[in-house]
Amino acid sequence: MELVTEVLHAIPYDQILIQTLNGIVAGMILALVASGLTLIFGIMDVVNFAHGELFMLGAYVGVVIIAATGNFWLALIVATVVVAALGAALQITTLRPLLGRDPLTTILATFGLSLVLQNYALWQFGPVARKIQEPFTGSFSIFYLQYPWYRVLIAVLSAAIIGGFWLFLKYGTYGIWIRATTQDRVMAQAMGIPVPWVHTAVFAIGAGMAAASGVLFAPLVGVTHAMGLDWVLKAFIVVVVGGMGNLGGSIAASIFISLIESYASIWLDPAQAVIVSFVVLILTLLFRPTGLFVPTPK
Amino acid sequence: MTPADGNAAPLVQVENIDTYYGKSHILHGVSLDVGRGEVVGLLGRNGVGKSTTLKTIMGLVDPKRGNVLYEGRNVTRLPPHRLARIGVAYVPEDRRIFRLLTVMENLRTGLDRHGVTDARKQELLAKVFAYFPVLAERRNQAGGTLSGGEQQMLAIARAMMLEPKIILLDEPTEGLMPRMISQIHEIIESLHREGVAILLVEQNVPLTLAASQRVYIMEKGTVRHHCPSSELKVNDAVIHQYLGV
Amino acid sequence: MSKRADGLYWTGFLLVLALLIVAPLVLPEFWQRFVTEILIWGLLAMSSDILIGYTGMVSFGHSAFFGLGIYGAATALLSVRPPNLWLAFAYGLIASAAVALFVAYFSTRLRDIYFAITTLIFSQIFYVIIFTWTAVTGGENGLTFSRPALAIPGLFSLPFTSYTLHWFVLAVVTVSYLTLRRITQSPFGMVLQSIRENEARTRAIGYAVERYKIVAVMLSGLFAGLAGVLYAIQNRFAAPDFVYFLVSGETIIFNVMGGIGTLVGPIAGAAFYLLLREAFSRFLTEYYLIPVGIIFIAMIIFMPQGLLGFMRRRLNQ
Repeated sequence: MELVTEVLHAIPYDQILIQTLNGIVAGMILALVASGLTLIFGIMDVVNFAHGELFMLGAYVGVVIIAATGNFWLALIVATVVVAALGAALQITTLRPLLGRDPLTTILATFGLSLVLQNYALWQFGPVARKIQEPFTGSFSIFYLQYPWYRVLIAVLSAAIIGGFWLFLKYGTYGIWIRATTQDRVMAQAMGIPVPWVHTAVFAIGAGMAAASGVLFAPLVGVTHAMGLDWVLKAFIVVVVGGMGNLGGSIAASIFISLIESYASIWLDPAQAVIVSFVVLILTLLFRPTGLFVPTPK
Repeated sequence: MTPADGNAAPLVQVENIDTYYGKSHILHGVSLDVGRGEVVGLLGRNGVGKSTTLKTIMGLVDPKRGNVLYEGRNVTRLPPHRLARIGVAYVPEDRRIFRLLTVMENLRTGLDRHGVTDARKQELLAKVFAYFPVLAERRNQAGGTLSGGEQQMLAIARAMMLEPKIILLDEPTEGLMPRMISQIHEIIESLHREGVAILLVEQNVPLTLAASQRVYIMEKGTVRHHCPSSELKVNDAVIHQYLGV
Repeated sequence: MSKRADGLYWTGFLLVLALLIVAPLVLPEFWQRFVTEILIWGLLAMSSDILIGYTGMVSFGHSAFFGLGIYGAATALLSVRPPNLWLAFAYGLIASAAVALFVAYFSTRLRDIYFAITTLIFSQIFYVIIFTWTAVTGGENGLTFSRPALAIPGLFSLPFTSYTLHWFVLAVVTVSYLTLRRITQSPFGMVLQSIRENEARTRAIGYAVERYKIVAVMLSGLFAGLAGVLYAIQNRFAAPDFVYFLVSGETIIFNVMGGIGTLVGPIAGAAFYLLLREAFSRFLTEYYLIPVGIIFIAMIIFMPQGLLGFMRRRLNQ
C-alpha cells in the first residue's frame, strides 16, 4: 500500500497534463505539415525534402509582414499564399522535368532545393533568430494550472485547415480530380483531367499548409533558417508511421508521436526526447511497414 | 475503302505508327482510320499490339514515328487530357475505374468539364442511368465494390460523360457472362445510332463482326488485313489464319 | 575491356596517380591539403557508390559510417600514449562495421524510399547520441587529439609530415579504389548490378539477394569508416557535425555530380563540388550552397549521368 501511494505521488500529474496539451498542440502543427507531405507523396510519388524549408519560409514571410503591418492574421494569409505560389513555381521548374524518372531523383532534387532555400534564408535574414509576437496573450486555467490560449488556437486552427481541406477533397470538383489523380494518374488523364496541373496545385497546397504551420508555430520558438530541419525529419517519420499517402493516418500518427515525445520530455532532455520518435519509426518499419494506422492489407 | 457515311475526311487517322516500349518494337508501321459515326473493329490474337495502338491514339504512349490525326489535325503529341476534351474517350482493357471513388464521382470525372451547363449535366446523367439502371442504384457505392460487369458498364458510362465523338473500346467483353456480352452489343449499337464512332478492340470475333462495319486484323504489330465485316463473316480462311486458335 | 581500351585506362590511371603523387611538391600548402581532402571525400563517395551506383540502394546513412570512423579513431588516439595509428584504424573500422551491420539488417527488409529515409533517421540517431553523450564524445565540442606517427612499435616511428601524410592517404585511397574496382568487376559485382537493374528478376534467377545486399552495405560501411579514420588523422578533431545527415547528402551530391556507378566518378564529383565551393566562397559569398545547390539541381535534370557517366559502360566491362 505504501509503495502504491508513493508511486502515485511520484507521478507528476501537472506535468503530464501540460505535456498532454503540448503534445496535442505540437501534434496538430505536425499534422498540418505532414498532411502536405503525404499528399504530395501520394499523388506524385515525390518525397519532398524541401518541405521543412517551405515551413521555414512561411515563418519568415510572416516575420516580414508582421514587421510591416503588425497584423498577425494578414501575415498568416500572405505567407500561405506566397509560399504556395513559390511551391508551384518550384514544382514546375524542377519537378516536372523529372516526371517519369527514377523516384529517387526527386528526393535528390528536393534535397538540393532544401539546401538552396535554407542558405537563401540565411543570406537574406542572417543567423540571428527572429521573434514573432503571438496575436494575443492570456491563458486559461485548467485545474490549478495556466495554459496559454494561443496554443489552443494553434491546435484549433490547424484542425480547421485540415478539416477544410478534407471537405474540399471529398466534395469539391477539384477534390475529385485530386483523388482520381492520386488513384490512377493515367486514367485521370484519359478522363480529361489536366494531371500536370493537378500535380502543381497539390504541391502548392502542400506548400501553403507547411507555410501556415510555420507562421502559427513561429511565436513559440525563434524563426531561424534551420528550423525546418527538425520538422522535415519528424514529418517523414509521421508519413511512414501513418502510412504513405494516408491523410487520416498521418494525422493520427502526428498526434501519437507528439504525445509520446512530450511525455518523454518530462524525464528526458529535449534533445534526447527526439530519439523517441526515431524508435517508433524503427519499430513500425520492423513490424508494420505499411504504417501503424493503416488497416492491415488482407 | 470509303468510310461508311461517305464523308471525305475520316475522324481518326493513324498513319504509319511505330511504337516502342523501351527497346521492344511493338508497332511496325500501323495505319488505320475510323470515319465519323463508324464502328470499326480491330482484331488479332493476344499480344499483337491492338491495345498499344489504342494507347498510341490516346496519347498514353508516344510513337517514335508516324502520325495520329483527329478531324484532320495532327494530335500525335497531344497529351491525353487534351484529347479527352476534344472528343476522344478511352475505355481500357482492365476497365480501370476509380475504385475508391463512388459511381457518381467516377461519372463526375468526365462530367465536370468546362462549358457544360448544369442542365446538360443532368441530361447526360439521366441518359446514362437509362442505359445502365444498375449504376443508378449503386450511385453512392465505391467503384471497387461493383462486380466485373458493373465496372465495365461504369467504364463505358464514364467515357460517355465526355460526350465523345469516338470511343476507343478495349476488349469490353473480356471476362463477362454471355448475358452481359449481348448487353455490350446493344450499347455499341445505341452509341452507333447516336453517331458516336467506336474503335473496338476485341477477341470476340462474332461480336465484332456483328457490331462493326469494317474490321482491321493485326498480326505481330502490323495491320495484315482490312475489309468490310460482311466480307469477313464468310471468309473462314482469313479468320483461321489470323484469329484461329 | 578490349586490350586497347584496357591500355588506355591504365595509362590514364597511372597519369592521374603520378599527378597526385607530385601534387604536394608543386602546390602551395593550402591546395595541397585541399587535394588530400578531395582524396578522403572521394573515398567516402566511392564507398557510397557501391550502394547507389552498383546495387541501386540510395542511402543517407554514410554520415553514420563516416562519423563513427572518425570517432572510433579519435577514441583510439585518445586512449593510448603514444597514439597508435593501427589502433585508430582498428577502432574506426570496427565502429563503422557495427553500424553497417545494423543498417544492413534493415536494408534487406526495406526498399527504396523507405530505406533511404530510414538510413537518414539512423544518421540522426547517431548524431543525437553523439551530441548528447558528452562524457564520451565531447558532445557539441567534439574531441581533439594528436596525429599518430606512422609506426610499427619496436621497429620505427615516422611522424607524418604534410607530404608523407598525403602520400599515405593517396596510398590507402588508391588501394581502396583498386580493391573496390576488382570487387565490382567480379561476379559478385555483376550480381549487385543485376540487383540494381531488376531485383525481382535477380531473385527469380536464384540469387540470395538479401545476402548480397548485406555484403554490399558492409563493404560500403567499411570503406566509409576508413575514410573517417583518414579524416581523423588528417584533421585531428572529431565533431558531431560529421554525423549529421547533411554529410550523407553531400556525399550523394558527389556521386550524382561525378556519375554513379563508375567509382572514379564520385571522386571527380567530390573534386568538382569542393572546387565549386572554394570558387564561390572566394569570389561571391559564404552562401556558396545557393549557386552550388542550383548547379546540383540543374545537373540532376539535364545531366543525370554526371560528369563521368559517359564512361560508365567502359569502366564496368
